[in-house]
Amino acid sequence: MNVLGIETSTARSSVCLGSDRGLLATAALGRPQAHGEFLAPAITFCLERAGIGLETVDGVAVSVGPGLYTGMRVGLVTAQTLAHARQLPVVGQSSLDVLAFGFRHAAAVGRALFAVLDAKRGELFWAAYRATAEGVSRVTEQRVGPPERLAGEIEAAGGAPICAGDGAAAHEALLTSAGGTVVTTWSAPSAVALVEMALPRFLRHDTQRPEDLRAVYLRQPDAKISWRNRGALHGGPGQPPSDAVARPTDSPARGGEGV
Amino acid sequence: MLVLGIETSCDETAAALVADGTTVRSAVIGSQVEHHRPYGGVVPEIAARAHAELMLPVIDRTLVEGGATYDDLDGIAVTSGPGLVGALLVGVAAAKSLALATGAPLVGVNHLEGHVYATQLEFGPLEPPILALVVSGGHTSIALMAADGTFATVGQTIDDAAGEAFDKVARFLGLDYPGGPEIDRLAVDGDPRAMAFPRALSGGGYDFSLSGLKTAVIRELRRREAAGEAVDVADVAASFQEAIVDVAVAKTVAAAREHAVEQVAIVGGVAANSRLRQAMADVCDAEGLRLLAPTPALCTDNGAMIAAAGSNRLVRGERSPDDLGADPNLTLEDATGWAVR
Repeated sequence: MNVLGIETSTARSSVCLGSDRGLLATAALGRPQAHGEFLAPAITFCLERAGIGLETVDGVAVSVGPGLYTGMRVGLVTAQTLAHARQLPVVGQSSLDVLAFGFRHAAAVGRALFAVLDAKRGELFWAAYRATAEGVSRVTEQRVGPPERLAGEIEAAGGAPICAGDGAAAHEALLTSAGGTVVTTWSAPSAVALVEMALPRFLRHDTQRPEDLRAVYLRQPDAKISWRNRGALHGGPGQPPSDAVARPTDSPARGGEGV
Repeated sequence: MLVLGIETSCDETAAALVADGTTVRSAVIGSQVEHHRPYGGVVPEIAARAHAELMLPVIDRTLVEGGATYDDLDGIAVTSGPGLVGALLVGVAAAKSLALATGAPLVGVNHLEGHVYATQLEFGPLEPPILALVVSGGHTSIALMAADGTFATVGQTIDDAAGEAFDKVARFLGLDYPGGPEIDRLAVDGDPRAMAFPRALSGGGYDFSLSGLKTAVIRELRRREAAGEAVDVADVAASFQEAIVDVAVAKTVAAAREHAVEQVAIVGGVAANSRLRQAMADVCDAEGLRLLAPTPALCTDNGAMIAAAGSNRLVRGERSPDDLGADPNLTLEDATGWAVR
């Protein structure tokens, strides 16, 4: 059982080829905004260094977000089309779950852990976890919001929870004062953790079809129209379209352009 | 040679299978018009999200309708610019992934080059030199195709694209989105001489300026409104459209004459405009020029034109590297040989 993992939901990009016997090859890049150019050569590198062909890959795992929009779309579409063309099953994993899984050895069983990623626009994506004997277990919804709200949750959790991820590192002072133990070293979701996490799902056939994968944005897109200008063109003050106000859940009324 | 073309530069998620660069086997477009309608224009993040959701279903349906499998592909062509970067990246990621999965060669195509090659799908293999007027929602330029795959920009808009001007005026008139086809429809019943709008930069040179025309239309409507004069929307549409068509036709034909080119192509979404087609046909007829005006379905963004341009690139031995990126500002000059490795 060989699994290819693709992780591009933060500024970092990584690819991993792993099997039920362990890691075969991995490649990672820290340069931001380079997911698109990195992925195909990185996959080829992993296959060549591992000495296997694409025909021996049995499944594709991919982080589906939340995270940086452009990066996660590139990873998702790459995984979908590759799997579709090779008729392979896929497993989509939350990028926050992947990040938390990577820190499972850092927390004693029962200790709280927060996975925190930069959401741009002064906001964060996060979720809380408990370390278990098998790994980590998510105990909250995945959220998006201001750092202060996360600080409140950390304070309420108590027990000096571990706070990992680029979002935690960027708000070290605030999260530390809330009682968190902030990991400030390189901490991003990695394709290695992704593959290790996804392998059991492939082994028990808990997989998805490529066309069923969906990105997890957690926010509506910014409508990049200047309503004021539009209104001025009509000779009056601008207003967003009424349906965007009335149905914020399925219409693009607010949110995170440029993430 | 069977080539899959992928196009995601703006608001259409499109793919097509083209045989030998000239024959469309299948073409599928996942339109996002409804996603953008409430905003009266394309919202980049909404476009990128829709592309990501539509990409795989569109490719899958293209293969099914074309009666082909991934193993049948001899090449994969994709728009790598110009356009919205987040939108372009979706198509480029899909194309590179498919090239990796199938072993078929990858080739990046310039979106404007693709528009010109749409003519090949209707008129057969191109015989340059060709002078092309590329007019769409995002682009307005006159390009000289001196040889297969070799382009030079002769003139271009210095502000708004033609399609942008159509959409903005349509929005001011309270017409439905997208506005270009609405103005075309209304103008049929209007008098193109009802209002005298400026023929921007109708002097020397082949550059266009269209934002002044848009402003003139709005100013004239406001003046009439203030004076209590009734305004016939059809007359406004016809007069505005005539101003754009006049300049576009005159500059294109003048450029063809200067460069001693006997074939003129009009391509891009605005080339679907019926008045532009008619006016260009009349002038080309009078001047003894051959006009290549593809059917409207091939003028608007589609995957077949990318497959056609990509087929010619592949035949010329061009390949793009597997780290091909998206370039939102790619120019036609960049298109000349930039993908050669």
